[in-house]
Amino acid sequence: MDFPILTVITLLPIGASLLILAYPGERHGLIRWTALAAASLALLLSLVAYLTYDQSAGGYQFVQRMPWIPQLGISYYVGVDGMSLPLVLLTGVVIFTGVLISWSVDDRPREFFAFLFILATGVFGVFVSLDLFQLFFFYEIAVFPMYLLIAIWGWKVTREYAAMKLTLYLFIGSVVSLVGALAMYFTSGLGTFDMLALEQAGFSTEFQALWFPFVFFGFAVLGGIFPFHNWSPDGHVAAPTAVSMFHAGVLMKLGAFAALRVGIMLLPEGAKQWAWLILILGTINVIYGAFIAMVQTDFKYVIGFSSVSHMGLVMLGFATLNLQGITGAGLQMFSHGVMTALFFAVVGMVYDRAHTREIPELGGMARKLPLVAIAFIIGSLVSMGMPGFSGFIAEFPIFLGLWQTAPWAAIIAVLGIVITAAYLMRVVGRVFFGEMPAKFEGHITPINLGDKVALFLMSGLVVLLGVLPAVMAPMIESGAEAVLRLVGGA
Amino acid sequence: MTIVVFTPATILAILPEILLLVLAGVLLVLDGIWRPSQRRWLGWVSAIGLALILGVALVYSRPGAEPQLIFGGTLRHDWTAFAFKVLFLFAAAVTSLLSIDLKGYGDRGEYYALLLVSVIGMNLMAGAADLIMLYLAIESTSIPLYVLAGFMRGRDDSAEAGIKYFLFGALTSTVMLYGFSLLYGLTGETNLYALAGQLAEGSFSLPLMLAVGSLILVGFGFKIAAVPFHFWTPDVYQGAPTPVTAFISTASKAAGFAVLLRFALEVFPGVQAQWTGIVSGLAVATMTVGNLIALAQTDIKRLLAYSSIAHAGYVLIGVVAVSTLGAASAVFYLVAYVFTNLVAFGVVVLFARSAGTDQIEAYAGLSRRSPLLALAMMVALLSLGGMPPFAGFVAKVYVFAAAVESGLIWLAVVGVLNAIIGLYYYLTVLKVIYLYRSEDDDNRIAVPVGSALALVVCSLGIILVGTFSAPWLEWALTTAASLF
Repeated sequence: MDFPILTVITLLPIGASLLILAYPGERHGLIRWTALAAASLALLLSLVAYLTYDQSAGGYQFVQRMPWIPQLGISYYVGVDGMSLPLVLLTGVVIFTGVLISWSVDDRPREFFAFLFILATGVFGVFVSLDLFQLFFFYEIAVFPMYLLIAIWGWKVTREYAAMKLTLYLFIGSVVSLVGALAMYFTSGLGTFDMLALEQAGFSTEFQALWFPFVFFGFAVLGGIFPFHNWSPDGHVAAPTAVSMFHAGVLMKLGAFAALRVGIMLLPEGAKQWAWLILILGTINVIYGAFIAMVQTDFKYVIGFSSVSHMGLVMLGFATLNLQGITGAGLQMFSHGVMTALFFAVVGMVYDRAHTREIPELGGMARKLPLVAIAFIIGSLVSMGMPGFSGFIAEFPIFLGLWQTAPWAAIIAVLGIVITAAYLMRVVGRVFFGEMPAKFEGHITPINLGDKVALFLMSGLVVLLGVLPAVMAPMIESGAEAVLRLVGGA
Repeated sequence: MTIVVFTPATILAILPEILLLVLAGVLLVLDGIWRPSQRRWLGWVSAIGLALILGVALVYSRPGAEPQLIFGGTLRHDWTAFAFKVLFLFAAAVTSLLSIDLKGYGDRGEYYALLLVSVIGMNLMAGAADLIMLYLAIESTSIPLYVLAGFMRGRDDSAEAGIKYFLFGALTSTVMLYGFSLLYGLTGETNLYALAGQLAEGSFSLPLMLAVGSLILVGFGFKIAAVPFHFWTPDVYQGAPTPVTAFISTASKAAGFAVLLRFALEVFPGVQAQWTGIVSGLAVATMTVGNLIALAQTDIKRLLAYSSIAHAGYVLIGVVAVSTLGAASAVFYLVAYVFTNLVAFGVVVLFARSAGTDQIEAYAGLSRRSPLLALAMMVALLSLGGMPPFAGFVAKVYVFAAAVESGLIWLAVVGVLNAIIGLYYYLTVLKVIYLYRSEDDDNRIAVPVGSALALVVCSLGIILVGTFSAPWLEWALTTAASLF
């Protein structure tokens, strides 16, 4: 048998979490280095999987399957395709950089890293699941550590409120989807939770039209779709830096990915009937999110709402149900994941030093923190969809696809990019340039090596993808083709 | 079904009950001959004795493939009886471990003896196939529990718990007995299976059947603490010694479900459409009322009391699905719930021992005072809330799946919405434990060996049932199959 790489990737973090919990709580150094070792290994393994995936063969690879709860046709069934593998890599990147950024957590680091790794297991597990029950299992595992991470280590002002709001929103979304999944299971009559078998179950059009909204929107709550996006900016802002990175970078993709895999791929007829609603809501996401971001005075809220805006583009890409749109959505998930993690890392670095995130109070940070400023500017260029950066590679195909199915949505959504440019320029100008207020003199210490590595890695990735789209675009396109074979549009 | 002729081998079916009686006698004797300083070992004797009986039961008292009616038709030797017996023995063993060293009852032989007698009653409840046997079993379960609830006579709340439990129990039990007498009057039979045959012939009017069924349901509803028969629950749970609360909320509730399942699926299948309507209503009321009132609680024992009411509602969903999967999911849920609630109450016992209070706000800083207890409580609360990888998640999925399979999607949706309310208050407690600080932060909480053993075993149980649920589900399905 081949090396079960996906299983190792999935279970490695929870193993690390148990190991860390077994350490004495005072051994901060040991805990941090163990966390870093585990995160590096996870990143390395996901990179290996990414590079050894055979693109010419396509389809699901590194597949592994064994019975889990055979009485109900539930199996442990993992495999990745062109759609999910980049997201596995993304998770590896974010857990690695997240651990680096969290080096200075000194309130109970043992519990912090343990919960962070449980979260990582949940996320990896969802991306590699080919069994519907298993997908829910890991999805829920990804939800609850968030609560503790935000409530304990978050921003004191809003953490309790935001953590509870986030957990309840996500739990509601997932259980609503769960009822839909159970309906699929019993209606198919196949007696299996195997998603590849359920794809072929041939559900009637009425059934699909009835259940698609439950399943799709249940998951899309985590993708931040309007009007269920409300948990997300509050959650992002209240969370500690590494968790914000995870949260906006990976968790929102988790929702979008599950909405695609379970909603669109298992109920394609339903997707066709409801695409109009996704288009409308996605467009609102883009525009509304961008406008709200514009009026925020809190640096972190700006980024929080920009995530809502960008995730709208992912939803629009899904709703096109054509090759360009879905490929673009896949690229956008990866690109936005890295970019927003980068943003939150920068916000965290500035906040740790200035102890404020109010944009009008900040200024001149570029002089003391030049690398941080450069990283933020790179992130902004990605966010604005500048050619040469990953954002362009992702957003261009989305608009291309959108133009073919719903030109009105393309025209409105494009405005979002303009607004994005406006609010990001304002932040760059106010926070990083101009005069630095006198009260910050002496407080703005340079960033450490770990922070630098993290910033370099993330900035490098978005530039690499922008300059050389061939490193990822063909893979995602092969995943998108698989989606279209089910939808019947290819 | 014919009654099996008595042979010495039939004794094996009730071997656990016989051994329990012996163990109870041994404990009373030891209590008499041991010096006070030695009596702290009584809890260990009880726990180890129960563990041995559990082992014996697993080896010698397994039922065959075919259910048998034994002892003149008073007992049924089947998987339902067996599975529940194992569950009761386990819960009693953990309860004994948790009681060691507790002042006022942990060193008293009669405390453990009463506990064991109550287990005998539960075992007979699970196997009872005759109205008279059933009634006697229910009473011999309840009477020791009334005494145990009021065991700390010196304390007003414990005395109140004992009296309240007794009054409610006596009242509901007489109503149920009235129902039993009507059943006998109608059919001339006391054997459940003979009686079911007569009812199935359908010569009785529907309203009469429903009236009889409802009278009986009052008694069962009391045992499982379903709304509207739940009013005793919070006061009794709060006032009773905490290990007793743990026992009442797990084993006694499971025993109630054992008889409810047998009655619902075997005695009254003839009026299925009607009783499922009534019981669905009960399920909705039980979940919703339990969860909503739990939101406002400030005492952890009261919170867990209302939560246990809500959980009875989820199990009822499995019952009204009226299918093999439904009954199996109910049994599975009870297994998961017993493990989980024992951990939750175990932490409450240990915390109260050190801190002397059950107020939720006093739990602030628990994660610093005892990371192990905090972790155990987290496992328990998340399992109650239905989060993977813990037992509560799969249990809820099975129950909801059974509802969807039987076309009761609305009931699954109500259950799902309730799960969200539940998660809210469990997280609120978790927040206090992990987030808030208190002045006693550096005041470590001691965890004695016996309790630590109990907590570790049950926590591992929660995780095992949650992750490798196939063998447990198989067990539950076999149990369910013996009911159809």
